[in-house]
Amino acid sequence: MLLHADHLTIKFGGLTAVKDLDMQLNKGELVGLIGPNGAGKTTAFNMITGVYAPTQGKVLLEDKDITGKKSPTAPGMRPDQITALGVARTFQNIRLFTNLSVLDNVIIAHHLHLKSSLMGAVLRLPGYRREEKEMREKAIQVLKAVGLEKLYKEEAGNLAYGQQRRLEIARALATNPKLLLLDEPAAGMNPQEGEELMQFIEAIRKDFDLTILMIEHDMKVVMGICERIYVLDHGETIAQGTPNEIQTNSRVIEAYLGVDASA
Amino acid sequence: MKKETKILAIIVTIGTIAFLFFANQFFDGYKIRIMNLAAINIILALGLNIINGFAGQFSLGHAGFMAIGAYTGALLTLSPSAKQMNFFIDPIISPLANFQMGFLPAIIIAALVTAVFAFMIGVPVLRLKGDYLAIASLGFSEIIRVVLTNLQSLTNGSLGLKAIPSYINLFWSWGFAFLAIIFTFFLINSSYGRAFKAIREDEVAAEAMGINLFKHKIMAFVIGSSMAGVGGALFASLLTAIDPNIFKFALTFQILLMVVLGGMGSISGTIVSATIVTIMMEWLRIVESPMTIGSLTIPGISGMRMVIFSVLLMAVILFYPKGFMGTREITWDFIQEKINRLRKKGKNETLQKDEV
Amino acid sequence: MGRGKLFCLYDIGLGDEKMTINFFMENLANGVSLGSLYALIAIGYTMVYGILRLINFAHGDLLMVAAYAVFFMIAAMVPWWIAAILAVVITAIVGVLIEKAAYRPLRNSPRISVLISAIGVSFLIENLGLVVFSGVPRAVYRPEIFDKSVSMGGITTSSLTFYIIGATVILLLALVYLLNKTKTGMAMRALAISFDTASLMAINVNRIVSFTFAIGSSLAAFGGIMWALKYPQINPLMGVFPGLKCFVAAVLGGIGNVTGAVIGGFILGIVEIMAIAIFPSLAGYRDAFAFIILILILLFKPTGIMGEKMTEKV
Repeated sequence: MLLHADHLTIKFGGLTAVKDLDMQLNKGELVGLIGPNGAGKTTAFNMITGVYAPTQGKVLLEDKDITGKKSPTAPGMRPDQITALGVARTFQNIRLFTNLSVLDNVIIAHHLHLKSSLMGAVLRLPGYRREEKEMREKAIQVLKAVGLEKLYKEEAGNLAYGQQRRLEIARALATNPKLLLLDEPAAGMNPQEGEELMQFIEAIRKDFDLTILMIEHDMKVVMGICERIYVLDHGETIAQGTPNEIQTNSRVIEAYLGVDASA
Repeated sequence: MKKETKILAIIVTIGTIAFLFFANQFFDGYKIRIMNLAAINIILALGLNIINGFAGQFSLGHAGFMAIGAYTGALLTLSPSAKQMNFFIDPIISPLANFQMGFLPAIIIAALVTAVFAFMIGVPVLRLKGDYLAIASLGFSEIIRVVLTNLQSLTNGSLGLKAIPSYINLFWSWGFAFLAIIFTFFLINSSYGRAFKAIREDEVAAEAMGINLFKHKIMAFVIGSSMAGVGGALFASLLTAIDPNIFKFALTFQILLMVVLGGMGSISGTIVSATIVTIMMEWLRIVESPMTIGSLTIPGISGMRMVIFSVLLMAVILFYPKGFMGTREITWDFIQEKINRLRKKGKNETLQKDEV
Repeated sequence: MGRGKLFCLYDIGLGDEKMTINFFMENLANGVSLGSLYALIAIGYTMVYGILRLINFAHGDLLMVAAYAVFFMIAAMVPWWIAAILAVVITAIVGVLIEKAAYRPLRNSPRISVLISAIGVSFLIENLGLVVFSGVPRAVYRPEIFDKSVSMGGITTSSLTFYIIGATVILLLALVYLLNKTKTGMAMRALAISFDTASLMAINVNRIVSFTFAIGSSLAAFGGIMWALKYPQINPLMGVFPGLKCFVAAVLGGIGNVTGAVIGGFILGIVEIMAIAIFPSLAGYRDAFAFIILILILLFKPTGIMGEKMTEKV
């Protein structure tokens, strides 16, 4: 088992945003996380990546406890430490470094693996120069994999929407993850782009040997490529199973279409 | 860096060095003083720009760190007899009393001492963001000043220190300014500098990319502040007399003005604006001193300079929020682009004239 | 250093308990009156922050504007109470103009830009003050009724102390009424929750923001006038430290919360006076107290005493 979200619950004041989420991902799987707006999907991502600390429960990555910190001095893992252990993510509302170049956006992801010290970097010692060169080469490779290598000099903020989505994925890939969390990668795309994205996700899963957990509203995308699906509604896990099982699950239909539809 | 830009940088450097030799020979003391001040301001503004512009942590504590550097530098370079003269109320604490060293080691120690204080202040303060960070760093800067005023036997309190050796000359000041420029350039264009910029752009995303926010913020803060320490030590040597009141928020304001004017996140912009602001600051003394036109004498208006500079700061932030350069640098391409635009403009104007 | 003085006080306490209590009460009264001024000024910070999420750096300088307005009008033979009322009106206008000129154009800009503009406008006012009024301190005329010495329950203090506390209570009650019982007050509270929703509810956002600045500035003006009566030497930079300290008071109480600002103001005033009364050797560090409190509160309870927790949305 690669990831085990072990009975996660998080409360904000009186509101329980996610209740008792128990999710297990096996190595190499592509799993979907769906649910209506406000179901707590992104909150679940934020708990897995350490942005939020769950009120109860633990997050285990290959049996190692990676649960986030409640406060800067509390025990637990910071998001950057979790990234270093091999969990990368994209964001629902694209969060690129908009004033930096496409290449810099990707190279930054290699910074966590940098061995050279600050002085070595400022003085451009041979060790740093070698590392910088390697980082560049790797970044170009990742950009090639997502088809953005020609735009490497461009400012990230100037890219088209679909390109920005792909750059965000490229940046996440560059951290060299075992587990990739995609937060609505197809949002704002037309059906054809969605189709291309599906193929792209399949391709990177193979090429980068990834396990992927994906939040997505586009049912065609989810049902098309996910092997298993978890369904959240109002913070509760109302169903899990294969796409076929989910499509026929009455609670899921209820959650999506409202109670009246099934009546 | 592009080849043309490199050549441009080398030409500018050689030109500046030649000018320094020329100035050293032919300029009077007043002009040399302004040039020293310009170099010091470049160091200070670059330091603040690393923190505020590149790492995006809006700190207002620069004057406090300058004060630490200035006092350290002054206390280490003052001769034992001068110290005795200064500290006539309370004698100076013993190990410092008979201690004197050269300018260079004093500056280096000033930088290190400032770095230690910056670290101790940065650890709590950099947990804060935005305007809270701004006000807390300003608060620490004021605390430093209050402490300096009260530690009679270490700093001579509000009387300040006088007869600080004036080691500074154009080669010291500009030598350190060059060092600061080169250091900042290599820092910002290294992997660490990229991490700073990523934090400025989006903290959440930077953290998700595996960047340890706290470590890098502290790094930027300590580096930028110790540059303030170096600037402060040079400043003390230029003034030859310092007291805690010099290091009020108004001083931070001046440096902030240079950074905002030049562009938060632009090295070359900062260099240019620090130089221009320094010269303007002196030149505008005209409005503060009495003027005689014929038989008419206009009294000088003291405080007018700062009015002009506050208006300038507000005008920039209201109408030109990115400053002259934004996050860009003056490169060969940048200059060409400007020239092309000017040419086009010229052409359009002639075309319009032709149409008429 | 402080220890010797503390023991000294302790000795007095043993010898003459009543004197210690009087000493304590006198200082407490003094602290409460300083706290009243802090509270009045802190309200302006907190109201503006609540609505615009902005530290109005120039708020402290309004003290100075009000104090000079009173000074010059009294010098021009205007009766002192008319001068005070006019000074409040002038300060309110200045406050509204500051918002219009320096903050409104930047409403959709990054917060740091607004902060820089706030610093700029604060410097502008201070230095304009230096240019127009000159840096020479001036003495404000103190009407006789404030100059009597009052004895109450064994403690003796200036009548001004009680007038300040009384005026503050009246002003606070008026503010509570305004915020909770009037339509404008409701609009102000709505704006503090959401700009967009408020404007959808047909609230004229600009007018309410202007009104908020007018109220905050008027309270600062009252604070400034009473400050000038309490410490009659005025100069163009007189507002800087009170301004910073009152911001601390607002943060201490929980910024955005009016009750919190009042509580914060009183705590700060009392702590400042009492700490120096008990440890006279700390007098030199007086101006650092507020900042130490600020840093402690920001680190350990950044939401302040009354503030609500906010979570950043990712």
